[in-house]
Amino acid sequence: MSCAGCVAAVEETLQKVPGVTEASVNFAEHSAKVSGAVDAESLVNAVEAAGYEAAELKGTDEEAQEKEAAELAYYRELLKKSLVAAAVGAPLFLMGLAGAMPGLAGMGRLFWLVVAGLSLFVLIYSGGRFFTGAWKSFKNHNANMDTLIALGTGTAWGYSLLITLFPSIVPPQAQHVYFEAAAIIIALINFGSALEMRARGKTSEAIKRLIGLQAKTARVIRNGEEQDVPIEQVGLNETLRVRPGEKIAVDGVIIEGHSSVDESMLTGEPIPVEKQMGDDVVAGTMNKSGTFLFRATRIGKDTALARIIEMVRQAQNSKPAIGRLVDKIAAVFVPVVLLIAVITFMAWFNFGPEPKSAYVLVTTMTVLIIACPCALGLATPISIMVGVGKAAEYGILIRNGEALQRAGQLTTVVLDKTGTVTEGRPAVTELIAVDGDEQRLLHIAASLEAGSEHPLAEAIVTGAKQRNLELEPVKNFNAIAGHGVQGELAGQQVLLGNKKLMADQQIDIEPHADQAQCLAAEGQTPMYVAVDGRCLGIVSVSDPIKQDSKAAIERLHQAGLKVVMLTGDNRATAEAVAAQVGVDEVMAEVLPEDKSNKVAQLQQRGEVVGMVGDGINDAPALARADVGFAIGSGTDVAIESADVTLMRGSLHGVADAIEVSKATLKNIKQNLFGAFIYNSLGIPVAAGVLFPLTGMLLNPMIAGAAMAMSSVTVVTNANRLRLFKSERESA
Amino acid sequence: MTVFVNLLALFLIGFIVWWFWLAKSREVAAVSDVIDILVEGGVYTPATIEATKSKVVRLNFIRRDASPCAEKVIFPGLGISEELPLNQTKRVELQVPQSGEYEFTCQMGMYRGTLIVK
Repeated sequence: MSCAGCVAAVEETLQKVPGVTEASVNFAEHSAKVSGAVDAESLVNAVEAAGYEAAELKGTDEEAQEKEAAELAYYRELLKKSLVAAAVGAPLFLMGLAGAMPGLAGMGRLFWLVVAGLSLFVLIYSGGRFFTGAWKSFKNHNANMDTLIALGTGTAWGYSLLITLFPSIVPPQAQHVYFEAAAIIIALINFGSALEMRARGKTSEAIKRLIGLQAKTARVIRNGEEQDVPIEQVGLNETLRVRPGEKIAVDGVIIEGHSSVDESMLTGEPIPVEKQMGDDVVAGTMNKSGTFLFRATRIGKDTALARIIEMVRQAQNSKPAIGRLVDKIAAVFVPVVLLIAVITFMAWFNFGPEPKSAYVLVTTMTVLIIACPCALGLATPISIMVGVGKAAEYGILIRNGEALQRAGQLTTVVLDKTGTVTEGRPAVTELIAVDGDEQRLLHIAASLEAGSEHPLAEAIVTGAKQRNLELEPVKNFNAIAGHGVQGELAGQQVLLGNKKLMADQQIDIEPHADQAQCLAAEGQTPMYVAVDGRCLGIVSVSDPIKQDSKAAIERLHQAGLKVVMLTGDNRATAEAVAAQVGVDEVMAEVLPEDKSNKVAQLQQRGEVVGMVGDGINDAPALARADVGFAIGSGTDVAIESADVTLMRGSLHGVADAIEVSKATLKNIKQNLFGAFIYNSLGIPVAAGVLFPLTGMLLNPMIAGAAMAMSSVTVVTNANRLRLFKSERESA
Repeated sequence: MTVFVNLLALFLIGFIVWWFWLAKSREVAAVSDVIDILVEGGVYTPATIEATKSKVVRLNFIRRDASPCAEKVIFPGLGISEELPLNQTKRVELQVPQSGEYEFTCQMGMYRGTLIVK
């Protein structure tokens, strides 16, 4: 499609295909979403017949399989190339060890010419990609790993051929050829790449596990009949049946039946969730006990599972600040190594002992071969990949590498109270009516709150409904953020809110202040109700503290973090909750719009702040914090303001996220240290700096082995992160 | 002979510095709507792309290199990272509101390209 005008044409074409109930084309994504009982092939054919190109969008599972097959084929190719190179290089190497190498005269020369041909074949067949890569890079004013390998092995081969053809150009003691070194280096590098590929496969195991959660087929009800169809053929709004023990295939809403669903694979929450009509179900989760029907609301790449996979993938590919310096070094690394190689050449040529040509060649070649920009380049991304994947296993979605790095550097964690420290499902616990009529008090409060979306309002309305109270309509409703609500009920001015609201409206609450304080001291939220300027009583609501909040906060303390609780509630309530869970500082009576200012104040004090909230009400504070954690969002992953999304409601997720981040950062540092040390020690030794002191020179083949293994070591070290266990699990 | 070899080595040093740092005259491929970028042999072809500010640019990455180094393309300055399936076209759509130079690289920074937004 070349223009937006094509959209209508393609949509029309699709809609004409028998079985299609709805078709919409997204021009930006060049994709079409089609509902109805129809197979993808007929759709593709129809679009192609209309003069456009089309292909079926593959599911993540299919893509993963294709990727795995391609990787396996490449792994085998690398091994084959390595074996071919070793088959030429190893016998020559053993002959050399046994002292059975022929000389360069007579039949010996013929032997070496045959070896030159064989090793040329190795360079072309097993090492051809290094040479083409080097040349292409060179033309682009670039140099990479291929440049070093091609120059190292190419120089060895070219020098050896020259000596074979014209041995007299060097003194007799320098008449040594290096065909076997070139072949063995190529064998080792290919073998190292194959091992690295294997190890790399393990680094993406977390993604594979997520992809594996996807059901392969779904039971769809079409024309009144149930049929099993591949997951890709499920259309939007189709009805699906799920039986006990089956995986839920796509996202949807239950339209008949009820069951309990195990969502632990996505959220880490071990207790199955009860689901009934109208509740959402999520692809990849497991139905436990009942049978139900549901309507598909999100399919293919739109399901929560597919978006989680995409988010983890994106995060795995991003780099934290710690990796950027390395990128800068990597960008100039190879040309700098080339310069070092030329300087090495000059040093040995001018100051080296005889036979100079042999020393010059060996040292220059070894410098080129031992330098490994790959180990440097891999050090950061490979650890991020494993770390982000590990976090996902704990139900923690980390947005990018930057967030992962910062989470490991936090000094203070700010917790929003409602829904974070507490359950976020408050209930009416106390009614104190001045005239003794509790029913009337609750009736007025609930009628007024029916128009509010505040969680405390919900508790009051639910309380009234439980007592079978009929609510009355309210006129001129007005919510005053951080204070309360007001409105007109049956011609009377009604207020419900905290003492600030009552003070603003000059309502005398003095006689009830002690009672309110007592309730607040117990961690409840007392709210005054006033009618026509007179206080009618107190409605008190309490939000139970989550079972594991205290233990999780203790873990944060053990990790050396200061824990601050932030809430719009009155100070007494906040302090009562704080005392129960053991936070270090309480910021109470904070208006919603001031939450981000409080975070900023902490940052000005020099703290690196992590803010934990619900992601919607706390969005500005989450965005302001150094790391924003959105908590308890279940499988809803669309939280833009959060750096870290905790799919489970527990605060332990924050501690887990911080531990994973610290472990990943430590792993990156180990990798970087290893790669830097390897290169900064390896290159001078290869250049022969130890020779004047110890007479030691590095064999180019050893350099090849070291280079091949350096990348493997980095990947293997990153893989150790897969064994990470949180403190809670290890305890 | 000695002088000649030393001169040759000095010439090589000069050449490396000039070729890899000073003479980076890049072939710039201007793109107005869509452009194919081949991922092969350690380089993106073309490696320097010029686009217009605030206009949607579609980059079709076609990966021919089977090595894992080539499997990802990352635009660090734009927060974009995409996996490139082997022998397939992967479209990356961009709309950059600010002019400047944005690098894109493979995961290890060996493949390197620049998106110039004007």
